[in-house]
Amino acid sequence: MIGILDVDLGNLRSVANAIEHAGHDAVFVHAGDPLDDLTHLILPGVGNFRAAMTRLEDRALVQPLRDFAASGRPFLGICLGMQLLASSGDEGGTGPGLGLIPGHVRRFDEARVPTIPHVGWNGLTVLRKHPLLTKVKNGADVYFVHSYHLEATDPADVIATGDAGQPFAAIVGRGNVVGCQFHPEKSMASGLRIIENFCDWDGSC
Amino acid sequence: MLKKRIIPVQLLMGDRLVKTTGFGTWRDVGDPVASSKVYAAQDADELVFLTISREDRTIQPLLRVLERVSEVTFMPLALGGGIRSFEDAALLIKHGADKVVVNSAVYEDLHLVRRIADAFGCQAVVVGIDARRTEGGVRLFTDCGRREQAVSLADHVRTVCAAGAGEILIQSIDRDGTMTGYDVGLIASVMEHARCPVIGLGGAGHYEHMKDAFVTTGCQALACGSLFNFGDNNPIRAKAFLSNHGLKFKVV
Repeated sequence: MIGILDVDLGNLRSVANAIEHAGHDAVFVHAGDPLDDLTHLILPGVGNFRAAMTRLEDRALVQPLRDFAASGRPFLGICLGMQLLASSGDEGGTGPGLGLIPGHVRRFDEARVPTIPHVGWNGLTVLRKHPLLTKVKNGADVYFVHSYHLEATDPADVIATGDAGQPFAAIVGRGNVVGCQFHPEKSMASGLRIIENFCDWDGSC
Repeated sequence: MLKKRIIPVQLLMGDRLVKTTGFGTWRDVGDPVASSKVYAAQDADELVFLTISREDRTIQPLLRVLERVSEVTFMPLALGGGIRSFEDAALLIKHGADKVVVNSAVYEDLHLVRRIADAFGCQAVVVGIDARRTEGGVRLFTDCGRREQAVSLADHVRTVCAAGAGEILIQSIDRDGTMTGYDVGLIASVMEHARCPVIGLGGAGHYEHMKDAFVTTGCQALACGSLFNFGDNNPIRAKAFLSNHGLKFKVV
């Protein structure tokens, strides 16, 4: 059973539809629900870093999410959900994230990125092999919508990059915890393949 | 580098897909869910749905289509026509819309753009502008082309951009359904005043028309209805043609 965390952060239906399309069962998980029965967990998200962290804190979700990550089961953050995996972020006032991927989330450099937010189809440059990218072409275009990006402390945590005028981490991964800056559920064939790869993954690399 | 986009536009009359000419006469062209599946298979970059019914100006038909389309396609979806309030926009986004297209309501309530942008990000707000060429120059129209607005195109574009518009969808009423080519001058004048990406709509009848509009204006995206509704044309073929002219599209 693939859990999708529902804390009112954006369009969850599309994520569930994509998981079902891949032939897996999706369930929405709310604050207070036990996470024991889940094989995988997805943290989606659209919005503001600080507001989202505050919401996770208010609903006492920070420790359960860290515990889930520590259990070794596959954990995927999408878009803002990926940024929340970082140690800290600037949006809405600098403060801590979930701390699962060492790094900091900062705004794109306006001098280098012609239009912010970076919205649209852009290519992935794959830096290393990862189960999430099985049968995904290097250079495949995926759908991005974001103004901030995650600067990973350890370059080895960056699996693929994108180029918005400024290169940035498009996919990060550390052990069983992975994050996609783009929306796989909106990225047609390549995105569905990534969702399916995640659902089929056991969390080991 | 961001890729150019090709966006099929699907007009809704109730739950059916229709196509108009000059915002007037329309004919039935099929079922929106079936056609969306086909567009997904043909590498469209996103889909736009606009309700054009002059009787039913509610978002109910959009919600019904959205529910069914989001089960079968996995690409960005933009919906509009009849959005009057922030609540309408929020309901569509909650039900799977990635973007909403607001048009007539913006002339009366500019704050609507700001509220949607603040709540969901500016990328979620597409401002639709319908324009017609008259003896007095380019004029803007609302309410499905029936009501003329006093504001100039340049002023309106600048105002909605400042209010947080994430994209502008500029439609030529004169060219709608004529398949005689985009109004390239109209798209260019929007580009001149817009800080955000611009989508041109109205008049595509051949891939050559798309080339003219992309190359002349540098716009980020082109939308079309008739071109894909009628005849053996589709986004894959359009991209194959346009790639020969140095334009870059997404790799699947």
